[in-house]
Amino acid sequence: MSASEPTLKERLQAFVGKDIGPAEVARDAVNDAMIRQWCDALGDANPVYTDAAAARQSVHGGIVAPPTMLQAWILPGIEMAKSMDEQRQDQQKVLHQLLSAAGYTAVVATDCQQEYVRYLKPGDQVSATTVVESISDEKATALGIGYFIDTRTTFRDQTGEMVGSMRFRVLKFKPAQQPAPAQAAAAPAKPTRMRPPLGFDNKWWWDAVQTGQLPIQRCKACGVLRHPPRPMCGKCQSTEWDFVVSSGQGTVYSYVVLHHPQFPGYDYPMVAAVIELAEGTRIVSNVIGIEPADVRIGMPVRLSIEAVDDSWKLPLFRPAK
Amino acid sequence: MAIPKTQLLKNVTVGDKLPEQAIPLTSTLIVAAALASHDFTPVHHDKSAAQAQGMQDVFMNILTTNGLVGRYVTDWAGPNAVLKKVAIKLGAPNFPGDTMKMSGAVKAKDDAAGVVDLEVVGRNSWGNHVTATVQVALPKEA
Repeated sequence: MSASEPTLKERLQAFVGKDIGPAEVARDAVNDAMIRQWCDALGDANPVYTDAAAARQSVHGGIVAPPTMLQAWILPGIEMAKSMDEQRQDQQKVLHQLLSAAGYTAVVATDCQQEYVRYLKPGDQVSATTVVESISDEKATALGIGYFIDTRTTFRDQTGEMVGSMRFRVLKFKPAQQPAPAQAAAAPAKPTRMRPPLGFDNKWWWDAVQTGQLPIQRCKACGVLRHPPRPMCGKCQSTEWDFVVSSGQGTVYSYVVLHHPQFPGYDYPMVAAVIELAEGTRIVSNVIGIEPADVRIGMPVRLSIEAVDDSWKLPLFRPAK
Repeated sequence: MAIPKTQLLKNVTVGDKLPEQAIPLTSTLIVAAALASHDFTPVHHDKSAAQAQGMQDVFMNILTTNGLVGRYVTDWAGPNAVLKKVAIKLGAPNFPGDTMKMSGAVKAKDDAAGVVDLEVVGRNSWGNHVTATVQVALPKEA
């Protein structure tokens, strides 16, 4: 019996614990020009990076490079825009190509932890060695299914002294969606709030809200008000109902301030409150137009039906004047 | 409120908040910073390459995010502060046309070592782009 082909997982694990190749050596010594271009691009006005006189007066005693530039010194620049097989090969690229061939074509960086032993100065010659620390199992992420790859890079100067280190995590994944270029918007689309499911029993209520009214369902048999809308009266079991329109006056019956988890489309911290309406029913909503710390139980609020995106309105509440 | 030239260790207290900073995310910033950090990966300067990865536009590279977190901290801490560690976690991508709002707070202070630990968050309209912990050494005397 012949040995079976190694699985993808086995082939991936063979990279773990190994150096990706010989040290990467910076093509240029740390220099004023690259530092200045970086500070210009990022808008970093710290004088210790670009102003020799001010830098001499500082704890550094002279110009230093921004420590967060650490990795920039060893990146190969325009080489990175070439296709993978045209680039200088190392084991990290072999690993990425292995995953690309298996369909995990996209890559995105997710974590970076840098520690700085000392700031680099113009003239320093940086080199770096990188080891693959770990590769995760296959994970489902918001971007798509993929593998997290952790590497650790050690940066040294011309004397071999360590100047810093970096743990880096990338996700190598199968893209979940590939929009046609023509469809892409110039600006990011703002995510919208999740919509409620609309059905026979509640659509009438949301339709009324979209026209600027806050209806409260009323039992035709016994007159009891109820919210949220539902088909049967909880008191007399009648399925006959109509509604009254709320005056919009109410008080905060109870509330919480939501910080986590945060969903796109919502502003945090968010005050989620139970509002007691003047008519007697309660409704769950948000209190807006006030610092969350200033919300109090019992405070008077008034209805404000507001558009939360281009096509959806919600009955929200603001402090009553 | 005038920001002191360099924060002194004795004047910093756990719970202190850093002044917020809004960074407009232009294509120029995203592309120029990617190239200044020598990161020529096409998704950071070529929209069609970004779209082939399922992204709507070019997006900020991690080195730039790292640099902006460092800048945010030293803008507050001053030129005699020394960054020791910057650990960042990326969430929602930074696309052109958005704004990243930076906020931060002092989480811990070690008087003997002369360092403080900060928590920094950079938020765009999608949510948190970056959550970071930064360790910075501050001078004891002016």
